[in-house]
Amino acid sequence: MKNPIENLNKIFDSRIRLGIMSALVVNDEVNFNELKELIQVTDGNLASHLKTLEENAFVKVHKGFIGRKTNTTYSVTKGGEKAFKAHLQALEEMIRNMS
Amino acid sequence: MLSKNEQLDTLQDIKQMMERSSRFISLSGWSGIAAGVCALAGAAWAYSVIGPRADWRGATGKSPHLIDYATSVPLRDYMGSKLFIIAVFTFFAAFVLAFIFTYIRSKRNGLSIWSNSSRRLLINVGVPMLAGAVYLLKLIDVGAYGFIAPGCLIFYGLALVNGSKYTIGEVRYLGYGQIILGLINCWFIGYGLYFWAAGFGILHIIYGAMMWWKYERN
Repeated sequence: MKNPIENLNKIFDSRIRLGIMSALVVNDEVNFNELKELIQVTDGNLASHLKTLEENAFVKVHKGFIGRKTNTTYSVTKGGEKAFKAHLQALEEMIRNMS
Repeated sequence: MLSKNEQLDTLQDIKQMMERSSRFISLSGWSGIAAGVCALAGAAWAYSVIGPRADWRGATGKSPHLIDYATSVPLRDYMGSKLFIIAVFTFFAAFVLAFIFTYIRSKRNGLSIWSNSSRRLLINVGVPMLAGAVYLLKLIDVGAYGFIAPGCLIFYGLALVNGSKYTIGEVRYLGYGQIILGLINCWFIGYGLYFWAAGFGILHIIYGAMMWWKYERN
C-alpha cells in the first residue's frame, strides 16, 4: 500500500502557510492586514510566507489602492486549491491509518 | 513521523482558521439578552398605550378592518404616533446595546469589529430587513396595522436565516423561531403585541443565554 505521507505537501509544513491557505480557500480574497490579524504574525514573517506560496503559484496577488493607501489582496489559484485539498486528504488518511 | 495528536491539531488549526476568516464569530450572547430585554420593555410600554388586544386600533383610534383606505391614517401622521416612536426607540436601544456587547467581545478576542466577515453579515442581514421595513411602512400607509407585528417577525426571521451563514450558525434557529411565530400570528391578528414580545423579547433572551452558556461561560 502506498504511504499517504508522500501526498503531504512540503510547502504546507509551515503552520503559517497552512493558515494562509485555510483563510484563502473559504474567501474570495483577503487583504494583507486581515491575514496578519487572523494569523497573528509580524509583517515580515507573513510577507515571506506569502512570497513562497506565490512562487509556487498557489496564491495570486492583486495590488490596488483604497484612496492613497495601498491595498494588497490575495486569493487562491486553482492549483493552490487542488494542492491544499490533496494535503487535507493525505492528513485524513494518515489519521485513519493510525487508529 | 508526526503523532496522531499533532495531525489532529493541524486539522483543528485549519478548521479554526476557516471559521475565523469567513464568519463573524464575535457576536455575543449578551447582545441577544440585551435586545430581548429592550424588546420586552418596549412591548410593556406599548401595552400601556394601547391596552390588550387592540394593536392597530389603539394606534389611531380607528376601526379594525384589515385594510381600510377610508379610515387609514396617512403615513406622515403615523410617524408622529406614540406607537411608532416607541418602536423606533426600542429598535435603536436594542441595536446599540447589542452592538456594545459584541464590541466588547471582539476586543477581548483581539478581532476587529469591522472586517470582511462583519461587512458580509451586515449586508446579508440588512437586505431582507430593509425590504421588510419598506413593505411594513407601506402596510401602515394603507392601514393594515394588524399585519405589522407578523411582518416584523417574518422579515426579521428571514434576515437571521440569511445572515446565519456569516456568523454563529445557531442564529439560524433563532430565525426559524421568529418566522414560525410571525406566520402563526397571521391567524391571530390583534394579538400582535404578544407575538412580538414572545419573538423579539423571549426568543432573543433564550437564544442569548444559550449562546453565552455554550461559547462565553469561561
